Amino acid sequence: MEKMLAEKPVNVNEEGYLLEFAQWDKDIANAIAVEEKVELRDDHWKAIEWIQSEFKKDSPLSIRGIKNSGALNIKEFYELFPGGPLKKASKIAGIPKPKSCI
Amino acid sequence: MKNLIILGAGTSGTMMANHLVSKLPKQEWNITIVDQYKTHYYQPGFLFLPFDIYKEQDVKKEGKKFIPKGVNYIQKKIEKILPKENKVQLENETIPYDLLIVATGSKIAPQETEGMNGPNWHKNIFDFYTYEGSLALRNKLRDWKGGKLVIHITEMPIKCPVAPLEFAFLADTYFRKKGMRDKVDITYVTPLSGAFTKPKATAALHYLLEEKGIKEVIDFNIDRVDYENNKIIDYADTEVEYDLLVTTPTNMGDDLIKRSEMGDQLNFIPTNKATLQSLENENIFVIGDASNIPASKAGSVAHFEAEILTENIQNYIKGKELKEEFDGHANCFIETGNGKALLIDFNYEQEPVQGSFPFAAIGPLSLLKESKLNHMGKLAFRWIYWNMLIKGIPIPFVTAKMTKKGKQITI
Repeated sequence: MEKMLAEKPVNVNEEGYLLEFAQWDKDIANAIAVEEKVELRDDHWKAIEWIQSEFKKDSPLSIRGIKNSGALNIKEFYELFPGGPLKKASKIAGIPKPKSCI
Repeated sequence: MKNLIILGAGTSGTMMANHLVSKLPKQEWNITIVDQYKTHYYQPGFLFLPFDIYKEQDVKKEGKKFIPKGVNYIQKKIEKILPKENKVQLENETIPYDLLIVATGSKIAPQETEGMNGPNWHKNIFDFYTYEGSLALRNKLRDWKGGKLVIHITEMPIKCPVAPLEFAFLADTYFRKKGMRDKVDITYVTPLSGAFTKPKATAALHYLLEEKGIKEVIDFNIDRVDYENNKIIDYADTEVEYDLLVTTPTNMGDDLIKRSEMGDQLNFIPTNKATLQSLENENIFVIGDASNIPASKAGSVAHFEAEILTENIQNYIKGKELKEEFDGHANCFIETGNGKALLIDFNYEQEPVQGSFPFAAIGPLSLLKESKLNHMGKLAFRWIYWNMLIKGIPIPFVTAKMTKKGKQITI
């Protein structure tokens, strides 16, 4: 379905995750962050960039990956995106949420 | 003579040996398969073993029986792959290859989580992804008096992502049949956003959890197991207490991949998801759980990969362009308890939806819907596995590439 974010039309799924990463930009990230009640600061952007680089490599997102990345520690990650940090950060980063096969 | 070596004689490796033996010219190619273990396990059966639905002999056979004549079978430990030298180092010999297929799979790594692999491992903390774990759990369940049963996933990716949920459904049936369901509290703990994560499946199937009284704890990323106080604790300090913990530990590629410095941080080999060629070495191909491709880690996926890889191996040998044909296709029966099961059919792009399979509108199997026939299909699959699948005999009407026919797809 189409949705307006930062005054731009984007394709999202039922849960508001972007369907096309190519449509993502920083304004859109900010607009999603507002919906998720997260105010994006430098540390958030560091996390978002790291998540996007993993996504481009087809690497599955996991807490282990974050632990080993050196980009940020896990406690910080939870503080940055309270309650379900992986799915929230993914949503703001414009990539699909980590999922199973059903 | 040229040498093609297959590492690993599990589902993928055995299938490839059977496919390739009749496809490669015998006067030009030697095919060798290496695996240190004697036993070939039917891994989907590990789900049924704990509930006394299958017996030991149903899930294991001697691996040698499935390696075709004309393929050399070396039963030795693999020390290292030397990709720059095109050699594989075994425990007491080194063998050269022109073409290498890595099929070394993935395995559980409970040592990756603090406290998991401690003094209570296989006492009140179990896995069911190994023969030993599954059998130990069966013995535990046989005289367990009840309490808090926690079924837990550490992190993705895992082999057969839906197996822990099937375990929860089967546990519900098992304890009800024993007349002690009221003494068992079942909780499903996942690092994901739910037991179901895809919109169509969530809508169609969430009732199963409610119907069976299975509680969900979501977004739980385990930090450690406090085995002294019987609880698991996540990074947000959420605690879940258990009397019996059935966990799915971190899954990792074989240590061999680490020793060979060929893997990512989980020891999976970076692989082209459409051609199955390794990204680093053009004469190395990767099949099944050993690769990092974003498909489910499951025998069903390996089965479809094998058909496409067989073609690509022939293309590579002839110097032709590789086919970018693997679409992530998986086709799996999912046990839902009470003698019923679901069937799902999906790929990289298409989430599981309702419909009929394998024939549009006719079925006879229904997709994403519980039925007794699907359960019969799941049980019949064991026979298909031993007698057709790993021998490389095509399964009628089931194609390597997913079909959209018969699926209720709305855009």
